[in-house]
Amino acid sequence: MTAPAIANAALNDTTAVLAYPAQEPVRATRDSRPLRLITCGSVDDGKSTLIGRLLWDTKAVKEDQAATLQRDSKGKQNDLGLPDFALLLDGLQAEREQGITIDVAYRYFSTDKRSFIVADTPGHEQYTRNMATGASTADLAVLLVDARVGLLEQTRRHATIATLMGIRQFVLAVNKIDLTNYDRSRFEQISHEFKELALSLGVRQVTAIPVSALKGENVVYDGRASMPWYDGPTLIEVLELATTRSAQTVGFRLPVQRVSRPGESFRGYQGTVAGGSVKPGDSVVILPSGMVANVTKIITFDLVRNAAVAGDAITLVLDRQVDVSRGDVIASIDSQPMTGLAFDAQLVALQPEGIQPGKRYWLKSGSRRQRVQVQPASQLDLKSGKWNHADELPMNAIGKVHLVFDEQAIFDAYEQNRTTGAFILIDPDTNNTIAGGMITAKRAALGGIHAEESRVILSLPAELADQLMATELFAGRREDVEVRRVTAGKAAEIIDAIDG
Amino acid sequence: MPHNHPETELHNPQSTKPPLDPHLKALENEAIHIFREVAAEFERPVMLYSIGKDSSVLLHLARKAFYPGRVPFPLLHVDTGWKFQEMIAFRDEMVEKYDLDLVVHTNPRGAAENVTPFSHGSALYTDIMKTEALRQALDAGQYDAAFGGARRDEEASRAKERIYSFRTPDHRWDPRNQRPELWNIYNGMIRKGESVRAFPLSNWTEVDIWRYIQAEEIPIVPLYFAKKRPIVERDGMMILAEDPRLELLPGELKREEVIRFRTLGCFPLTGAIRSGATTLDDIVSELETATVSERQGRAIDRDQSGSMEKKKREGYF
Repeated sequence: MTAPAIANAALNDTTAVLAYPAQEPVRATRDSRPLRLITCGSVDDGKSTLIGRLLWDTKAVKEDQAATLQRDSKGKQNDLGLPDFALLLDGLQAEREQGITIDVAYRYFSTDKRSFIVADTPGHEQYTRNMATGASTADLAVLLVDARVGLLEQTRRHATIATLMGIRQFVLAVNKIDLTNYDRSRFEQISHEFKELALSLGVRQVTAIPVSALKGENVVYDGRASMPWYDGPTLIEVLELATTRSAQTVGFRLPVQRVSRPGESFRGYQGTVAGGSVKPGDSVVILPSGMVANVTKIITFDLVRNAAVAGDAITLVLDRQVDVSRGDVIASIDSQPMTGLAFDAQLVALQPEGIQPGKRYWLKSGSRRQRVQVQPASQLDLKSGKWNHADELPMNAIGKVHLVFDEQAIFDAYEQNRTTGAFILIDPDTNNTIAGGMITAKRAALGGIHAEESRVILSLPAELADQLMATELFAGRREDVEVRRVTAGKAAEIIDAIDG
Repeated sequence: MPHNHPETELHNPQSTKPPLDPHLKALENEAIHIFREVAAEFERPVMLYSIGKDSSVLLHLARKAFYPGRVPFPLLHVDTGWKFQEMIAFRDEMVEKYDLDLVVHTNPRGAAENVTPFSHGSALYTDIMKTEALRQALDAGQYDAAFGGARRDEEASRAKERIYSFRTPDHRWDPRNQRPELWNIYNGMIRKGESVRAFPLSNWTEVDIWRYIQAEEIPIVPLYFAKKRPIVERDGMMILAEDPRLELLPGELKREEVIRFRTLGCFPLTGAIRSGATTLDDIVSELETATVSERQGRAIDRDQSGSMEKKKREGYF
């Protein structure tokens, strides 16, 4: 750890570990993968100004853009005579008129050490869905708070969504510190409060930085002149050292996007490796059919490769004629994803209609799209951090749900694989994306359930059991399913016990 | 986790290129994924081909995505009739070389009403010969998805674009009501008449484009390289003066300068830059120290701030 990092660690309490990776050699931009980050926090905390400042101080703003900015800033000049940096980001006319951020803006900048993709996300609660959009692909979240105001419910909401989306590295930027006369105790109080919140969310990597986005202190240039009491890293230093998302996984995964058949003699399966690695000779299983084959070739445009790893877009050739189509998953035999008809998940409701219980939606995960029924179970209360029972989920709610499918679904837990564990829900009536979700576990099936070997035992109210067994789906599975008819009250008890 | 590939990759005998750096590799993988997803989900995709550097990269990525098969959709070139002559020659050469299906469309109003950038002004001309022409071509082909080379770093309103950008049956884009787009899971569900514009280069910057062209040895129109060319100065821009239809205004003089173009469009609306960059290496190093953005040479962006958003809502790319 660098000296400033140690100092910052001392400044921050020791329960939170600083986000410094093991001593990796510092690589030039062109040798490292871009870091994806989001900025979030409550409205008016200065998110757009902070990114504008990052762009400005890393020389990502060209002269003609600066001239436009100066022109558009007329009449909005602050008392320092600086342009309104937020105008670099709020590109939509409605945003400029209202002085707010409506939608995610993606911006690009780089230092000599690394390149960055930053998603500037809206602070208003009504645009939470756009914040979730930005969080889904980010490696790190920069949470802004106004030093004069401290943590707000929206700060908590954003920290929670970012955590659910799998972000494990946080920077707390205590902004507008200049407006508190650089009050050290104020900074420390807010840092401490945020670390409590972060720890309750299971986040251990938090770096707190006092910044003035407007004046550019501790963003790219240090703010020692105003804050001699702070000798931790600047924001850009933390970003340069942050780690990118790894494709943690239990094994090789290739969601099949297309079957390539340019001629009679060739058949290849095209997709992007969603985890693990593969090489010729590996034995693989095709899901959901369960057929087995061996990999003979990995083809890309100008290389025949003898290995591919997570993130690579490839064409895979197998050693035998097997029935593989779009939506199937090719996986390693010895470490397979879960397949089944029922799963548990967490999701964020993204549209005004929320999530209606029992409604049939489309679910898309990887290249697989299938029908699903969604049963809300509980909703997260952002104030208390508790999950309360819920039968439906309104817009912006974070909920736990049960998913029930008509045909086999294929997933990993999101914790283990952020590609094969993620999904979106699409409303068949509007075709709009109404939720983003993360798989937590497989369920054996609907109702009170436990699996014994391969037989599934369902305990259901008698009437429901009769209805269910009359459906085509269950009629064909008499062999695997045993239904125990119970009273409705008993069924509810069993379900409660499971949800417990 | 660093994105390290095993050192044991087998290069094809004909390929002598060193492996791509991880940053460009990640961008390439993302673009290929998008190409394959759209091709699989839509019935009638088409690729908008403007013959410029971004289109050249887009085409290269499309060829990679579907290898060893052909590119499984046509290329659409909206020809305003005022393109640089070298662009048209280059286009035909590419189509021949890579066995591509090409559709060319020019708005018939252009000839019928004699619409030119000189007589109608850049805004109206662009609206008729580009935006309206594109809508005509998309309707005629009944395309339900169109790949474009737009990049989020180009202009403020583009920074808000999704990878799959939903368009109504009259090709409108509503920035206030875009579908959320999470992870790399794209929602391609549309009704009849609606369509999606898909942008595989969303996350690329101008420097990325040039470094990729360099690394992959992608052919581009020679106008990007510096050469002594005839120009005339107009509205603070240096315009190429080789097309006989360019009439000199009083006081204008044709002269030769060593110039090149950072972007290509219609020659009367595209300003050249003074530059001695004759190789890709020159271009990349010139760019890395550039102090003005690439769109500065575009007359159509300069009407007012927010003009691009307005054009996009109306269906312009």
